Amino acid sequence: MFLLVVCVCVCVCLQVEQVRLLDRFSNKSTNGTLYLTATHLIFVERSLQSDSILHHHIASVEKLSLTTTGCPLVIQCRNFRVVHFVVQRERDCHDIYSSLLLSYEEVYAFSYNPKQNDQQREEGWQIIDLGAEFERMGVPCDQWQLTNVNIDYKVCETYPRDLYVPITASKPIIVGSSKFRSKGRFPVLTYFYQEKKAAVCRCSQPLSGFSARCLEDESMLQAISKANHNSRFVYVMDTRPKLNALANRAAGKGYENEDNYSNIRFQFVGIENIHVMRTSLQKLLEVIGTRSLSMSDFLVGLESSGWLRHIKAVVDAAIFLAKAVTVEGASVLVHCSDGWDRTAQVCSLGALLMDPYYRTIKGFMVLIEKDWISFGHKFADRCDQLDGDPKEVSPIFTQFLECVWQLTEQFPQAFEFSEWFLLQIHEHVHSCQYGNFLGNNQRQREDLRLRERTHSLWAFLMSEKQNYLNPFYSPAYSEAHPVLEPSTLPYHFKFWRNMYHQFDRSMHPRQSILKTVLTMRENNRKAESTLQALEKVKVQRQEEDDDDDEQEEVGEEATESTDTERTVEGSSGTESRKQSYGELEGTYNSESAKEEPAVVSLEFGVARMTC
Amino acid sequence: MEFAELIKTPRVDGVALHRPFMPTVEGTLCLTGHHLILSSRQDNTEELWLLHSNIDSIEKRFVGSLGSIIVKCKDLRMIQLDIPGMEECLNIASSIEALSTLDLLSLMYPFFYRPMFEVIEDGWNSFLPEDAFKDLESMTDEWRLSEVNKDFSVCPSYPPLVAVPKYVDDDTLKKAATFRHGGRFPVLSYYHKKNGMVMMRAGQPLTGTNGRRCKEDEKLINATLRPGKRGYIIDTRTINVAQQAKARGGGFESEANYPQWRRIHKAIERSNILQESLIKLVEACNDQSHSMDRWLSKLEASNWQTHVKEILTTACLAAQCIDREGASVLVHGTEGTDSTLQVTSLAQIILDPACRTIRGFQGLVEREWLQAGHPFQQRCAQSAYSNSKPRQEAPSFLLFLDCVWQILRQFPCSFEFSEGFLVLVFEHAYASQFGTFLGNSTAERAKLSLPEKTVSLWSWVNRPQELERLTNPLYEANSLVIWPSVAPQSLLLWEGVFLRWNRSSKCLDEAYEEMGHIIAYNKELQNKVNSLRRQLAQLETEDPLLQSP
Repeated sequence: MFLLVVCVCVCVCLQVEQVRLLDRFSNKSTNGTLYLTATHLIFVERSLQSDSILHHHIASVEKLSLTTTGCPLVIQCRNFRVVHFVVQRERDCHDIYSSLLLSYEEVYAFSYNPKQNDQQREEGWQIIDLGAEFERMGVPCDQWQLTNVNIDYKVCETYPRDLYVPITASKPIIVGSSKFRSKGRFPVLTYFYQEKKAAVCRCSQPLSGFSARCLEDESMLQAISKANHNSRFVYVMDTRPKLNALANRAAGKGYENEDNYSNIRFQFVGIENIHVMRTSLQKLLEVIGTRSLSMSDFLVGLESSGWLRHIKAVVDAAIFLAKAVTVEGASVLVHCSDGWDRTAQVCSLGALLMDPYYRTIKGFMVLIEKDWISFGHKFADRCDQLDGDPKEVSPIFTQFLECVWQLTEQFPQAFEFSEWFLLQIHEHVHSCQYGNFLGNNQRQREDLRLRERTHSLWAFLMSEKQNYLNPFYSPAYSEAHPVLEPSTLPYHFKFWRNMYHQFDRSMHPRQSILKTVLTMRENNRKAESTLQALEKVKVQRQEEDDDDDEQEEVGEEATESTDTERTVEGSSGTESRKQSYGELEGTYNSESAKEEPAVVSLEFGVARMTC
Repeated sequence: MEFAELIKTPRVDGVALHRPFMPTVEGTLCLTGHHLILSSRQDNTEELWLLHSNIDSIEKRFVGSLGSIIVKCKDLRMIQLDIPGMEECLNIASSIEALSTLDLLSLMYPFFYRPMFEVIEDGWNSFLPEDAFKDLESMTDEWRLSEVNKDFSVCPSYPPLVAVPKYVDDDTLKKAATFRHGGRFPVLSYYHKKNGMVMMRAGQPLTGTNGRRCKEDEKLINATLRPGKRGYIIDTRTINVAQQAKARGGGFESEANYPQWRRIHKAIERSNILQESLIKLVEACNDQSHSMDRWLSKLEASNWQTHVKEILTTACLAAQCIDREGASVLVHGTEGTDSTLQVTSLAQIILDPACRTIRGFQGLVEREWLQAGHPFQQRCAQSAYSNSKPRQEAPSFLLFLDCVWQILRQFPCSFEFSEGFLVLVFEHAYASQFGTFLGNSTAERAKLSLPEKTVSLWSWVNRPQELERLTNPLYEANSLVIWPSVAPQSLLLWEGVFLRWNRSSKCLDEAYEEMGHIIAYNKELQNKVNSLRRQLAQLETEDPLLQSP
């Protein structure tokens, strides 16, 4: 898929023959040639089948000690692919190794060209409009307004320009509050639950230390509370474990003291920090990368990595948020330390539980755009886009996608998109092929002039929407169950094989229900139009006059509308017409034919469905 | 009627029934000889009819004068009955205990059950060995059907008819039988049409500590090898366990006496360990704590998934020897009635597309489990909630079904049946109104005259309305060998059985239904398109003659 794009425009920097590609879990291997281009690493097999890895996806390259067959090179990718090459000559191996280690001056997005003109590019960027999204929620309204305090990124440089605050929060209150919050991230609206007029707000930790207080910040929370007449208090969710919050006090940060803030209910949630999450994923990957892994080691490793425990903690927090808002009708203020990791996870997942719109393809894009991109989740740092600080790297966004996946497993009818959509987003968060996730915040993105220089992932995903549909999606289900109430008993959390073993095809089901049913739905659509066309033909045939030309036209129409390329060659004979119907039938049947069981889809991970 | 003596209180009013994911029902509780019935006497609430034989154990609780009985079933369901009155409650409890632990087979419900449906085909006659042999005859003439066990004297756990190599006479079989555990001499289990290789099964050889050998046994299994070819013996036990078996008169085939065979040892656990594993697994699944670590460590400690993986791996190995290596295989463990059958039956699921149909699967269960002498009566006497000391209980068959489910999950379009069919077979193996799974062997079934006195489960299943319900809508016949992945990451917990009563399956069921709609609509469209095409084609041909109407 990549290769087609790449070959056209890129010159090869390095070429090494006779390279063996080893399968990670079996003893199989294939021989071929390795090419290094400015953007990709390409492996072409003898059979001319090829496979490529984007440089941006490479997380680490390791040269193992020389063996009798050659020099092994192990490449770990950010999309959890692990590639094991054996290069015959050590010199070549070293060349590849050192070329891969070179850092890049520029990310791929600036050179990636999907052959769109400027207008199409701009249209792509306009697909998501956050102003319209707040309007959809019913904001601005009599209690919430758009503020321009941050229009020049002066109050908070990691926030977007447009922010929504309570109508009673004056500019001095906002500015005062921002000075009392880590990185200036003062409380702002991120989701408005219209039915109960309850708000979800987000911010960073207060700089309270052991005893400091800030009247403006207190007024800010008061304003949030007052904006909601349904509840006499506001929940303040500190998504950190209590111990971490306490430790922060020594550094002059901390959490809200309930005595100073009137009408708040303070709650710790206990999601671990980015470092714990990073280590956890490393452990998980180590375990599942073991060859001939025993069931017992797998389960012990799964447990000791803590990964699913962390996933569950995030979902638990989101459920708490959703319940507070939808059941109690209370407004909630969510924060962690800086308010761009755990806060983003909890706010976005909570909104996904409350609002069916976010469970559609477009809505999910909006959600990511709002809670992650615009509110300054540090994608560049967390995804290690340009050789940054390894201590800043953390799979926070991956966890969010996994939480969503866990929910799709419990509610197969509630989501418009399938797992493939989540996997594709994950792929491109790391690919740097599109501009959306570059940089750490909106201000940086503007400085980089991304809208002019790169393309939007959302436009690409929209154009491929067909591929990401969940065939079981039922809008009626969402109408009947607007708020999802998942169970968080531990057995509902499963290991997401299709994410972490996306490229280890031997582990996937050999036939995919998702793919089969999707194909069938596609066929149904085609068959519907065939049917219509045939019926039309039938009617016309029945009232036909004997004009040969007209018959011919009718025949063509029938064939065209079925999407098969066949047209009836200019003849009026009944023979050829019959033949063409016959062939149509043939095409239709073969399309609905079953998957060849040994073949696994290359473009997407093969899917699962709980039935 | 002796049941009456066991029923101390036949009827209690005002009983409340609590079931998982269902509203509480209040009504009258009745005990009959075979059922626990709770009826609200209202038209629109469902009644509960529970077979006593489905009850694994009960627990009593008292709060004041209100007693509660928690009934734990063999299908892993738990229900609670709130019974007003201490004495009634105690009476009911002891009656249930007595009725659910009856040992006498002839008192079991299948002997009293009269079918309320029309039997289209008597399941007792659907899968006779002689019919299976006819299929074999159409492929090869190297085998014959021996009547050596006609009166069950050579091997009490074998059926009267077994397939053996054509040129091995009955005397040789008799002698070989004395050399095999339980008289289970090597017999044909599966013939691989593609390359003529076979899979056989047997009990362990009785070599003992002094290395006894048996020429007839060697002759018998060598007769299945092509000239110059080697075969594989898959011993389902580890080499250590097999060594230890020598002290008790058992053992394994030595290289010296069986030079044409390569022996491979695997590690499928024995019955009592499997039973313990089941109990731990179900305990873990019923744990309502919210701790992820606790769940994962309990799941791991149960070892259930390890057993699934080991059994599947061994079955894949057997299938690989046959299909990839082109070699014949002999499978045995100790008795040859548990792990052996798991391996031979699963290998057939992998190799033989016929076993993946509804009917073919019934045939497989008949051949490789019922007729092959898996002691269902002993193994399924108790399930995961039993308080009594386990005797011969083991979830060998449930593990087999779990493995089939794993393959079904990996090849969701290659099986004619849906998960529901596997669950149904599991339920009936443990408690049933049908006689199919009663008794431990064909000999016992014949003695009880089951075919005459009871109805076969297959008679029920093989009716259009049931078949439709059990059919997998995604099924498209797939004639290939299907190799499952046995990586731990590819194997899942069988939620349909183990979490069935712990999590609501409403959403999943609805999605499944939706899938059914899409597929049904697809068929409907296809038919419409085809019929319109036919009509049009007809119009075309009629055209010149008739002028259109």
